[in-house]
Amino acid sequence: MDAREFIARRIAQEFRCGMVVNLGIGIPTASANHVPHGVDVILQSENGCLGLGPRPSRAAADPDLANAGGEPITLLPGAATFDLATSFCIIRGGHVDATVLGALEVDSQGNIANWKIPGKRVPGMGGGMDLLAGARKVIVALQHADKDGDSKIRKHCRLPLSAVGVVDLIVTDKAVIEVTAEGLVLREIAPELTVADVVAATDADLILPATVATIHV
Amino acid sequence: MTEIIDAEQAVRNIREGMTVMIGGFLGVGEPLLLIDELVAGGVGKLSLIAVVGSYPGGGFGVGKLSRNRQIARLVTSHIGTDPELVRQYLAGDLEVEFNPMGTFIERIRCGGGGLGGVLTRTGFGTEVAAGRARIEVEGEEFLLYTPLKADVALIKAHRGDRLGNLEYRGIALNSNPAMAMAAAYVVAEVDEIVDVGVIAPRHVGTPHIFVDALVRGRDHQERKLEFTDLWVDSGRLQ
Repeated sequence: MDAREFIARRIAQEFRCGMVVNLGIGIPTASANHVPHGVDVILQSENGCLGLGPRPSRAAADPDLANAGGEPITLLPGAATFDLATSFCIIRGGHVDATVLGALEVDSQGNIANWKIPGKRVPGMGGGMDLLAGARKVIVALQHADKDGDSKIRKHCRLPLSAVGVVDLIVTDKAVIEVTAEGLVLREIAPELTVADVVAATDADLILPATVATIHV
Repeated sequence: MTEIIDAEQAVRNIREGMTVMIGGFLGVGEPLLLIDELVAGGVGKLSLIAVVGSYPGGGFGVGKLSRNRQIARLVTSHIGTDPELVRQYLAGDLEVEFNPMGTFIERIRCGGGGLGGVLTRTGFGTEVAAGRARIEVEGEEFLLYTPLKADVALIKAHRGDRLGNLEYRGIALNSNPAMAMAAAYVVAEVDEIVDVGVIAPRHVGTPHIFVDALVRGRDHQERKLEFTDLWVDSGRLQ
């Protein structure tokens, strides 16, 4: 299993029946494929729907139905569509139970940087800052290290922030880390790793509880 | 009164340097025919207000305007899907004002609805908050954003009746209902034009008083073929 699928599978375990969930593009969207049987989550898409279904067949694809990544979608029975103003009232107003977003960096204070690398990557924040400000729970999905092996779990983010002190849970290919008022608590580690491996691979200081579980996906 | 005109006539009022809102989200709910006419006319130095850039990869919908270098200034939340916008922005040829998406749409709603601005917590502690006025309400601090208005809005709906009442379809509302209220001249491109009364009052998404001109665009079946090709060619549909 590759790292992205591993992270997506672990994130799916956070979902509970009836939760309203908004998934970012990439690994977060992939987590929808691994929702445990019998758990019905209500997927919100910021471009204007609740009740996102699976991808359509070519015959069923509809030019008026796409997700926030531009991909064709279907709507489940009971779905609702609405304009952007309503969509962001849902998001900012605390009516989204959980959002899962990718990130460039997260840090010990629950800060997150996920919208620009000055001078290099300047996509814009889209709906990300609103989700971070308004969702009741913020789950961050990211690889533990960047391409150069540098930890993305920092003492302090170096890149421009998207939001301050909002991250609740960090899920990587190496660990599940909870953000608390005291700092980052190491909750779970990947099966082939030791706690020492994860601590060594992490720039931020980790609080080590008496027991650290193994991630099962 | 809403006039029923063709796309070429509809964009004739758009002149160099004007502020233009264009509805839609990555192609969906975009007035594709009106955009084609705006590109054909070639009017430049536009100040564009659009929630996101082109369909991913560029060159589709509003992506035709960036490719044709007709935009001087852009208010948006995201340009990452449009390589041409990113290139022009990084080269300093295009001014971009980034707004969080929820703030962007509320600014337009304020512009159309006679409100003085948006108060939001989104963006606190980030560079978008730098230099921005803060207002305390009931013990909590908010960032102030001013309303957005435009000279012209080009929007898209499913059907329009001869009075100009608009009915939306699927998820293709996005920024269109807000933009319909926030521009001096509003053109709606629709799949079909129907008689008054065909659209039930409860299905009217934008009341006719906001709509100055109605343009018959491609019909639903033509758009289905266009989007199927787009999605298949970009690997988003099997």
